[in-house]
Amino acid sequence: MQTLEPILAQIPLFQGMRPEHLKLIAGCASNARFDAGQFIGRQGEPADKFWIVRQGRVALEIHAPGRGALTIMTVAENEVLGWSWLLAPHQWHFDAYALTATRAIALDGKCLRGKFASDHELGYELMSRFSQLIVQRLEATNLQLLDLYGDHD
Amino acid sequence: MATTTEDAGPPGPAGGDPMRPAPFRVARRVVETHDVFTLWLEPVGGPGGFSSQPGQFDMLYAFGAGEVPVSLSGPPGPVKQVVHTIRAVGPVTQSLQRLKRGDVVGLRGPFGSAWPVSLAEGSDVVLVAGGIGLAPLRPALYHVLSQRERYGRIVLLYGARTPRDILFAREIETWRGRFDADVEVVVDRAAPGWHGLVGVVTTLVPRAHFDPHNAVAFVCGPELMMTFTVRALAHHGVVPARTWVSLERNMKCAVGFCGHCQLGPTFICRDGPVYRWDRVAPLLGVREL
Repeated sequence: MQTLEPILAQIPLFQGMRPEHLKLIAGCASNARFDAGQFIGRQGEPADKFWIVRQGRVALEIHAPGRGALTIMTVAENEVLGWSWLLAPHQWHFDAYALTATRAIALDGKCLRGKFASDHELGYELMSRFSQLIVQRLEATNLQLLDLYGDHD
Repeated sequence: MATTTEDAGPPGPAGGDPMRPAPFRVARRVVETHDVFTLWLEPVGGPGGFSSQPGQFDMLYAFGAGEVPVSLSGPPGPVKQVVHTIRAVGPVTQSLQRLKRGDVVGLRGPFGSAWPVSLAEGSDVVLVAGGIGLAPLRPALYHVLSQRERYGRIVLLYGARTPRDILFAREIETWRGRFDADVEVVVDRAAPGWHGLVGVVTTLVPRAHFDPHNAVAFVCGPELMMTFTVRALAHHGVVPARTWVSLERNMKCAVGFCGHCQLGPTFICRDGPVYRWDRVAPLLGVREL
């Protein structure tokens, strides 16, 4: 049976990882599909998974009273959707829904956290990679907050 | 500092007094967004020769209001009408916004350095624009698309504030429809109904398909946007010596006399506005400049 290991090896998040680590991660991976408009996660709900988008586009939204739903970012091909599975309290911070029909690789966070407990190197490796991802997203958020294209006179 | 592009000509209109505005009539006016408009200008008194290189700018004089530098946004080379895309942000640009077909403005130019489109031949060309920065890059895009066989992949990455701030929206759709160019648009924020990308323009860099080791990048937008974009490009493998940016300062005379646009040893109106990143980056890091 073909595993998701070779596909995961091509994903930027996992590039350069040791084969034994990739094998452990692939053991927690499965394919997923979402229809356009389908919610993948809701703010406040348990976050026990994350996804690598293979095809399609996912929007992260926050609902602001009086302003409705605001899209704060989109996640596209080969990008990571969700990091709340990694950090307590393991809850979604935003709503996530498929803007278009979306194919993804789902990774079971509970399964991975269990493996981290017995393989600290794997835990350290993934934590390092997700930290970099979180920093990139924080930097992007800062740029959005700066409103670079607005009037600043 | 030496001029950093290989094909910028001398400042000012060929053979003319660079300080004397020539009268140009508004031949056409198009509203691009709620605060951006485009003017097509032709010389008063019949057809006159006008030639520019992509990335250069003109000084536009709204009579009774003042003069502002505005990048050329139309096709480069010899043209009968000069095209300028302008954002109305102050008294002079707001005066220009009120112009109607047939009204007359003063024009000096073209001035400044150009995007090094000749040097980019044989390479992938990555154009990254933010906000109104798409206007100064459009002539470079026109050029590389018109000489398509001379370039590798052509990639346009464009970031706007919101969907309603997207410049040249119809033309972007046309470019997107081409099989020989990759175009991605992202907005900083969007309400429901927008099915495009949301985020900052730097996030488009790792998604784009080009060979970073054989790419030339042209970047135009707010200075912070350019700084972070160049960083993202470098992280992706595009070396700073193959990256050009267009700078904006308080340009007044446009010929390097008055000093208003001085940035350390360089005058942006005369030596810029297009600079190779590695030559200008140290200056941008100096707060006192």
